[in-house]
Amino acid sequence: MSMEKKFVNSGIRKKDAMQLLLGKPLYTCDVTRKDALVVKLLRSPHAHALIESIDTSIAEKVEGIAAIYTYKDVPQKRFTLAGQTSPEPSPWDRLILDRRVRYVGDGVAIVAGETEKAVDMALRRIKVKYQVLEPVLDIHSALDNPVLVHPEEDWVSMLPVGADNKRNLVAHEVTSDGDVEAVMKDCEVTFQRTYHTKSCQQAMMETFRTYTEMDAYGRLHVVSSTQIVFHLRRIIANALDIPKSKVRVEKPRIGGGFGAKQTSVAEVYPAFVTWKTGRPARMVFSRKECQTSGCPRHEMEMTVRIGAMKNGHIRAIDLYTLSNTGAYSEHGPTTVGLSGHKSIPMYTGGLEAFRFGYDVVYTNMQAAGAYRGYGATQGIFAVETAVNELAEQLGLDPVKVREMNLLKEGMVMPAYYGEKANACALDRCLARASEIFGWAEKYPVRDMGNGKVRSAGVAMAMQGSCISALDVGSATVRLQEDGTYTLSIGAADMGTGCDTILAQIMADNMGCDVEDIAVFGADTDTSPYDSGSYASSTTYVTGMAVEKACTELKANLCVIGAEMLGCKAEEVEFTGEAVMKKDGSGEVSLADIANKTTIFNNTNVQVTASHSSPVSPPPYMVGMVEIELDKETGSVEVLDYKAVVDCGTPINPNLARIQAEGGIVQGIGMALSEDVTYDEKGRIMENSFFQYKIPTRLDMGRLQVEFEASYEPTGPSGAKSIGEVVINTPSPAIAHAVYRATGVWHRTLPITPEKVLMTKPEEA
Amino acid sequence: MEIKLTLNGKKITADVAPDLLLLDFVRDHGCLSVKRGCETANCGLCTVLMDGTPILSCSTLAVRADGHHVQTLEGLQEEAEDFAIFIADQGAEQCGFCNPGFVMNTIALLRENPDPTDEEIKAYLAGNLCRCSGYEGQLRGIRAYLNSRKGV
Repeated sequence: MSMEKKFVNSGIRKKDAMQLLLGKPLYTCDVTRKDALVVKLLRSPHAHALIESIDTSIAEKVEGIAAIYTYKDVPQKRFTLAGQTSPEPSPWDRLILDRRVRYVGDGVAIVAGETEKAVDMALRRIKVKYQVLEPVLDIHSALDNPVLVHPEEDWVSMLPVGADNKRNLVAHEVTSDGDVEAVMKDCEVTFQRTYHTKSCQQAMMETFRTYTEMDAYGRLHVVSSTQIVFHLRRIIANALDIPKSKVRVEKPRIGGGFGAKQTSVAEVYPAFVTWKTGRPARMVFSRKECQTSGCPRHEMEMTVRIGAMKNGHIRAIDLYTLSNTGAYSEHGPTTVGLSGHKSIPMYTGGLEAFRFGYDVVYTNMQAAGAYRGYGATQGIFAVETAVNELAEQLGLDPVKVREMNLLKEGMVMPAYYGEKANACALDRCLARASEIFGWAEKYPVRDMGNGKVRSAGVAMAMQGSCISALDVGSATVRLQEDGTYTLSIGAADMGTGCDTILAQIMADNMGCDVEDIAVFGADTDTSPYDSGSYASSTTYVTGMAVEKACTELKANLCVIGAEMLGCKAEEVEFTGEAVMKKDGSGEVSLADIANKTTIFNNTNVQVTASHSSPVSPPPYMVGMVEIELDKETGSVEVLDYKAVVDCGTPINPNLARIQAEGGIVQGIGMALSEDVTYDEKGRIMENSFFQYKIPTRLDMGRLQVEFEASYEPTGPSGAKSIGEVVINTPSPAIAHAVYRATGVWHRTLPITPEKVLMTKPEEA
Repeated sequence: MEIKLTLNGKKITADVAPDLLLLDFVRDHGCLSVKRGCETANCGLCTVLMDGTPILSCSTLAVRADGHHVQTLEGLQEEAEDFAIFIADQGAEQCGFCNPGFVMNTIALLRENPDPTDEEIKAYLAGNLCRCSGYEGQLRGIRAYLNSRKGV
């Protein structure tokens, strides 16, 4: 028998690792035609304006220009670019091009030409007369502002998310459990703080890129760097106002996503050009466009009220989040929910009541989107910092305060849709992190005597493993005629390694080697339906679909084997290498079965299974950081970061570890250096990697990640998720350490040297 | 303008525009490992070797390569594979888009300094950004390769 688990919980190489490391041509620009039309956008210089007139006649005369389109040429039907299951919670507020431009960088005209030079020249020769309007550039004054970002009558919200375009409101909700005010009144300590996080950029190394062509059947074939092939097909069909059946979307290798490619940032423009001209087209975003016309994290301002006892018992949390979706609604109504639903439940152990309310507003700023953590990152910064503030105010050890209040396995979480924590090692994560970090020794502030101070900070985090009762994952498994298998998925491996991870799950289910499985994904014509790779869902949801498909395939192989052995299917079992009679009296090899499937066969050896989960089991994490703060310059150096993660069973511990390390470093960037600021005209100042400083190798000290396994009964081999939870601890942990070193709580990110140096304790 | 250069060992004569970047030139000549990640010489994705020295092809004109030897990852597969397998064993390639630039610079590092310390590795590769891995796994991979060479 060879059906024991061999590959799950094994750190094998990614199936595509060597191809990637050796630079093989695998990405959108590498695998598509070189002679495609170059597509670029003329972008608005104004944060809010109406196009009074637009003259493209001179631009059209530039040699090599194939087409120029303005708002007059596009379908007048609104849609959203958000990659979400239909009907999308994000209101339909976009046209491909609109007469009203709503942020600096909004599309004004599409130019397509034979060469980049011709396109650039044409862009300069389009004459636009704008009626410049007053912009909304402040989240506090956006709601019920007389200036409306979306006054149009055909704006539509498909779901009841509390949106009202006549109030600049994209979503509104208040949820609660227990009587927050009564519990607060009964508490010995109550306090309120406000925190602010910026619209950080995903900054994946491959910018947004899309290629489009007409295929042999007169359909639009889209090759794009995307996490969401199926949603993208619908979005493009909606935007172009054509049937979905006319669109095929395929993704090659993707140069990073982090949620950015869960929004159709680039696709509709070349798609429109190809649909109109019949010619292949390509759009490649510059880094500047990624920084200024992308889909960054939602800026949020969170006000936290905590009610507690002097011994550190946290009895009530009241959170209000004001989120800035920018000029368009993408992911606005959904990201905000996570700011409360993925922060408050961590204190289920002590909580008697909670309230969570939010408003999401339109402004004339860059439209936000999905970014790893998806609102949880923002909410966890606020709630975790508030808990650290509470502990420090009460003179208690923040680790002890957490031990007293945290969520434990078996508890029901009122602030997390009433779900039960079936697999939760948060307590063990905290204990283990304290041990490997040496919390007891490092928590006291140490003056190094050279103007530098060493201090420590702590934070916890949680996330989900899918969108419960919504996301669909599917897998098609097939026995090939030589006895090996194929696995076809609609999920998108964006570098995370899901192709390999799903193959590991399949290998253990089929009793075969990972090498014997060829993985293919994703293509809307040939892959089974999958919501896409987001919400940390691929391992947890699509992994279960793989298990289900394998179970069905094995049963079918037993039918064929029994037929060959001349007995009933109940009398045989599948061993991975053969179908054998349970009484040991005969067997037929997988190779022979495989061959038999090509000769007079009526049993399916290609099986598709789908999976959805009614729950979304949270992964958990504890992060502890030691910093060295230079009192002369205000600079903060991360010396040591220790993290312990509970992602259920890590299917591939190597890839899980890299996810954690990568997420932590992204989180450190958010905490210390990645800023987004606007000038008074609404222009983003950090429009390149010169100003937008993502961490380099030199910005990292020691990094150590460990796992505390739990077993999630609803996941494949006990797995939950890892992709997003890992970005959530650095901001609150580092803010805590900076307070310890300086006596100042920095409640607005990032905590730059300037801010550290210029803010005195009495001003905070 | 006509330029003559050696690209991955092959002599090439080409007529190029004076403002053509070396990055676009080598991609036009089939070296698709060379990637563009920014416009400001910040990310290191476009690193190639000119006469053995790592340079950023995004900020080098193709005409500057006239009379020189240019190498991309396409021409250094075996040298790269020697240590790349150790990075693969860490899972640190991730999305792969930064890999060619980072691998090219690692080749240059190891030629220059066959036994670097961790700090020397970090300093040499500081200009190669990666958004996926957090850098630690790449360092572990290079360290494992160096240890294997020493028989550790």
